[in-house]
Amino acid sequence: MKVVVDLTRCQGYAQCVFAAPDVFTIRGDEALLYDSDPDERQRERVERAAAACPVQAIVLERQDGRRGQRHSPQPAIGDFEEAFMRNGHVVIVGASLAGVRAALVMRRQGFTGPLTVIGDEPHLPYDRPPLSKQVLIGQARALGTELPRRDEFDVTWRLGVPAAGLDLIGKQVELADGQKVGFDRLLIATGLRARPWPNEAEAALDGVCTVRTPEDAAALRRLLTAKPDRVLVIGAGFTGSEVASACRDLDVPVTVVDRGPVPLAGALGALIGRVAARMQREHGVDLRCGVQVEALEGDGSGRLRRARLSDGSVLDVDVAVAALGSIRNVEWLEGSGLAAGAWGVTCDAGCRAMDVNGVVADDVFVAGDIARFPHPVYNYQYLALEHWGNAIAQAEVAAHNMISAGSRRWPHLRLPEFWSTQFDTEIKSVGVPTYADQVVIAQGSVAGRRFVAAYGYQGRITAAVAFNQSRWLEFYAELIDRAAPFPPSFPTVDPPSDGHPVAAEVPDRPTPTGQATVVVTGHKPSERRARLVSRPYL
Amino acid sequence: MAGNGVWRQILDYSHRADPYPLFAQLRETPVLRLEDGSYVVSTYREIVALLHDPRLSSDVRNLPDVAATVGSTSDDAPPGLPPNFIRTDPPEHDRMRRLLTWNFGPPHRPGRIDGMLPELLEIVTGLIDDFAGMGTTRVDLVDRFAYPFPVTVICRLLDVPREDEPRFHALSGAVIEANNPATAGIAERQRRREKAMADLGQYFATLLDARRDRPAGDDLLSGLLRGDGAEEPMTREQVLSNAALLLVAGHETTVNLIANGILTLLRHPEVLDRLRRGNEPDLAARVVEELLRYEPPVQILSTPRNAVADIEIAGTIIPKGSPVILALAAGSRDPAVVPDPDRFDPDREHNEHLGFGGGIHYCFGAPLARPEARIALTELAYRLENPRLVDDPPPYRASPSLRGPRHLLVDIDGVEPARPPSEHPIAHLRRLP
Ligand SMILES: Cc1cc2nc3c(=O)[nH]c(=O)nc-3n(C[C@H](O)[C@H](O)[C@H](O)COP(=O)(O)OP(=O)(O)OC[C@H]3O[C@@H](n4cnc5c(N)ncnc54)[C@H](O)[C@@H]3O)c2cc1C
Ligand code: HEM
Ligand code: SF4
Repeated sequence: MKVVVDLTRCQGYAQCVFAAPDVFTIRGDEALLYDSDPDERQRERVERAAAACPVQAIVLERQDGRRGQRHSPQPAIGDFEEAFMRNGHVVIVGASLAGVRAALVMRRQGFTGPLTVIGDEPHLPYDRPPLSKQVLIGQARALGTELPRRDEFDVTWRLGVPAAGLDLIGKQVELADGQKVGFDRLLIATGLRARPWPNEAEAALDGVCTVRTPEDAAALRRLLTAKPDRVLVIGAGFTGSEVASACRDLDVPVTVVDRGPVPLAGALGALIGRVAARMQREHGVDLRCGVQVEALEGDGSGRLRRARLSDGSVLDVDVAVAALGSIRNVEWLEGSGLAAGAWGVTCDAGCRAMDVNGVVADDVFVAGDIARFPHPVYNYQYLALEHWGNAIAQAEVAAHNMISAGSRRWPHLRLPEFWSTQFDTEIKSVGVPTYADQVVIAQGSVAGRRFVAAYGYQGRITAAVAFNQSRWLEFYAELIDRAAPFPPSFPTVDPPSDGHPVAAEVPDRPTPTGQATVVVTGHKPSERRARLVSRPYL
Repeated sequence: MAGNGVWRQILDYSHRADPYPLFAQLRETPVLRLEDGSYVVSTYREIVALLHDPRLSSDVRNLPDVAATVGSTSDDAPPGLPPNFIRTDPPEHDRMRRLLTWNFGPPHRPGRIDGMLPELLEIVTGLIDDFAGMGTTRVDLVDRFAYPFPVTVICRLLDVPREDEPRFHALSGAVIEANNPATAGIAERQRRREKAMADLGQYFATLLDARRDRPAGDDLLSGLLRGDGAEEPMTREQVLSNAALLLVAGHETTVNLIANGILTLLRHPEVLDRLRRGNEPDLAARVVEELLRYEPPVQILSTPRNAVADIEIAGTIIPKGSPVILALAAGSRDPAVVPDPDRFDPDREHNEHLGFGGGIHYCFGAPLARPEARIALTELAYRLENPRLVDDPPPYRASPSLRGPRHLLVDIDGVEPARPPSEHPIAHLRRLP
């Protein structure tokens, strides 16, 4: 059976572990890992786990159609909308998290027209986060992370064929095999791919890999179980750090090299990065920051043997994982007239794609990792997120908007949320930590590795990051929505020993802002709305 | 103030059988200031927000009233003993909770509760067997089932002699009474609770002394004294204080969940029938979750939290130092969040009820209470022949906070024999190999 946990919701209550201890595990305080494809004999226990989860974060494949049928379709307003709901043809390109979610939401909201999902991968849609976590340590199978699908899910799958072009005027998607698929409305959800090691010959060496797909994860898992003498991880972002964590779990020696000052600096800034660095070293990672890998060298039979670093040192390694970030899958949109480039596909907060002139294109929508969208809370700056929770939330808004008349469309205003499970620690963030000039430990103990850090920009709180303290984060999310002042000035339980704000040391600073700021109200996507207010505390 | 009147009615015993219309009125003022200066919060979103708000402390020693009368001694603990973890804040709370979990669940003992399921079924089977052979008969399912079952379980977990029940039952009853906001003011109740907890602590002190020469057992308390390697062990005083908490929490709550469950199932025979048929493997679990929403044993967190800063919520400012009471049962039936909240519907999707609280104080015993209730209700549904409620509503216990029937008289025509494990609908009672 298939299981997915929405870890942006999960708060580590471990009720699922008590109910199904062979499927779910907790490391440390609240780092949840689970088998995505447990034996059918576990079904009863897993169902109990799903029922017990206090935040209802566990999604299962059901045997019967009992649930999910009670969604009343939204009443249509106007003839066009009604006709579209019945007979419109929707095409989704990208059969992964965002694409599948959007299809599900459209069906749940009562869309009954033909729905085609085009994906270049041969697999049924699957979940990626386990690939750098559970799969590498052997708790889940690489090819077992398919997303649970519900029976209401009536779509035509065109899997294994990439989309090669888009004709906006003729309203059709061109496939690589020459076929054309017409649409009334289109959702672009083609996400990212891993950035490979730039030297092609070196990248082709046996033992050099990336982690994005099940094939990648299966190959890396095989390399790790062969007890390599040393693994080299190039890049200490989230993926690289998670791979290093898996290596240590398997007792495999690992060196992590990053040209930045500390791990995770690009996402969370240097203060928290230093915490991550200590964590890695305590777990036995040979962490080398401020250094670059200059070359990977193989032996006569094409096996990786050595890495040369910019500080002159040479490492004997038999596995190298390039965790260098990502490339957006936009090539198929070349010449389409859409604003698509290395930054992704630009859209508005209603998920409508923009053309090269920056004008909203009719009938084309964007969601997930491929999207670049303005967020009112961050001064309408464009964000391009590589977050699971954003793919889901944005897909929901896009799906709703694709089948709704203009006046009833929703803005995508969810605060960005992210999690990473590494070294028995659950790292969670809400907001945009790089959108900050200062950071402060708001609660807890950095030494004990249980704390919440709050990030601020020009006197307003913009993000919060928790290490093993996820139960407090929704409070900080509320502060961000309300544009609450930074640094937080109120006392709390578990006050930090050092509560002084320090420089955020994040990579790119945001542009200065004017005298107005945005507050957001509402919880559900249908309720969330932004409002401009003056900033009394500047 | 209209709201104060509603609150008084909720506390009034005459409304115990059906407080929900009053909770609906209470929700009209999401954050209500009471005459004594404390605040009652009754809407779902506001309760959830406060359960995750670090400006709210669970340490009653912060309350000016309590601090003034009680001096240096602490809540729920024998005088001079430290408070137990339900009444402490992090980091102390988290440390104690981790230590208590060491021998109870993940990360160290993930399979412990799962491994107890056969034992739970055995106790339930024994209790139901006792009604057999009497033909048509009348049984009190509180006294003869819903109460003795969880008490037996918590005694085993804490390695407390079952025969001592009359002794600790009286002490535990005094603690519950002190929790009842209808009986006295915060400070006076605090004093009474301390007295009762002190006596319970004394009881545990004798037990621990008697055990001293035995090798450490598998019970939760031995684990506490040992420590978990990473954390310092608790002091003896902390162990006594937390042991008293576990004993009280472990046997004054699940009884109400089971009794409320029987009552609700008898009022909803179609669900009882589905449970009896046993062909929906996840039904029992969802019935239990829906009960925790619809008839929660803990209705009100009446030992107040307190604001360590001014808190603005739902347009009201709760001033620093104010006691804050969370009306969980009102929140779980808030129509702004829960569709059709007054309907008992185990098939509802996304049941995010407040029955076990939320945030860092989320019920420690929930993973035990759930299978207890699940197994109890499944077995009763299957084995009691033609059960009929004698009094509807039944007589209730006094407390508006820990609410449940005092007695539950049911007429039955007989008892089906217990099923052999191989035919049991709660399949996989044992861990998979
Ligand atoms: C190893 C790993 C670990 C992760 N861990 C976390 C985590 O811990 N926390 C977190 O918040 N996020 C995590 N993420 C990120 C998360 O998985 C992504 O945000 C999410 O997958 C985005 O979904 P998407 O549908 O937008 O894009 P994708 O999942 O990238 O899907 C896009 C799909 O479109 C397909 N496609 C591309 N081009 C074409 C074309 N021309 N025609 C047809 N199909 C095409 C792709 O092959 C792919 O199947 C992780 C990602 C990875 C890879
Ligand atoms: C149906 C049965 C039960 C219900 C409805 C229930 C409900 C609750 C609730 C609402 C809280 C939150 C208190 C707060 O936030 O202040 C809580 C906490 C707690 N419960 Fe339960 N409980 C039940 C059974 C149990 C059992 C069986 C045990 C013991 C084995 C137990 C032990 C505790 C403890 C120790 C806490 C404090 C946790 C903390 O502060 O971190 N409970 N319970
Ligand atoms: S929040 Fe839900 S999914 Fe997360 S650990 Fe708890 S029970 Fe499991």
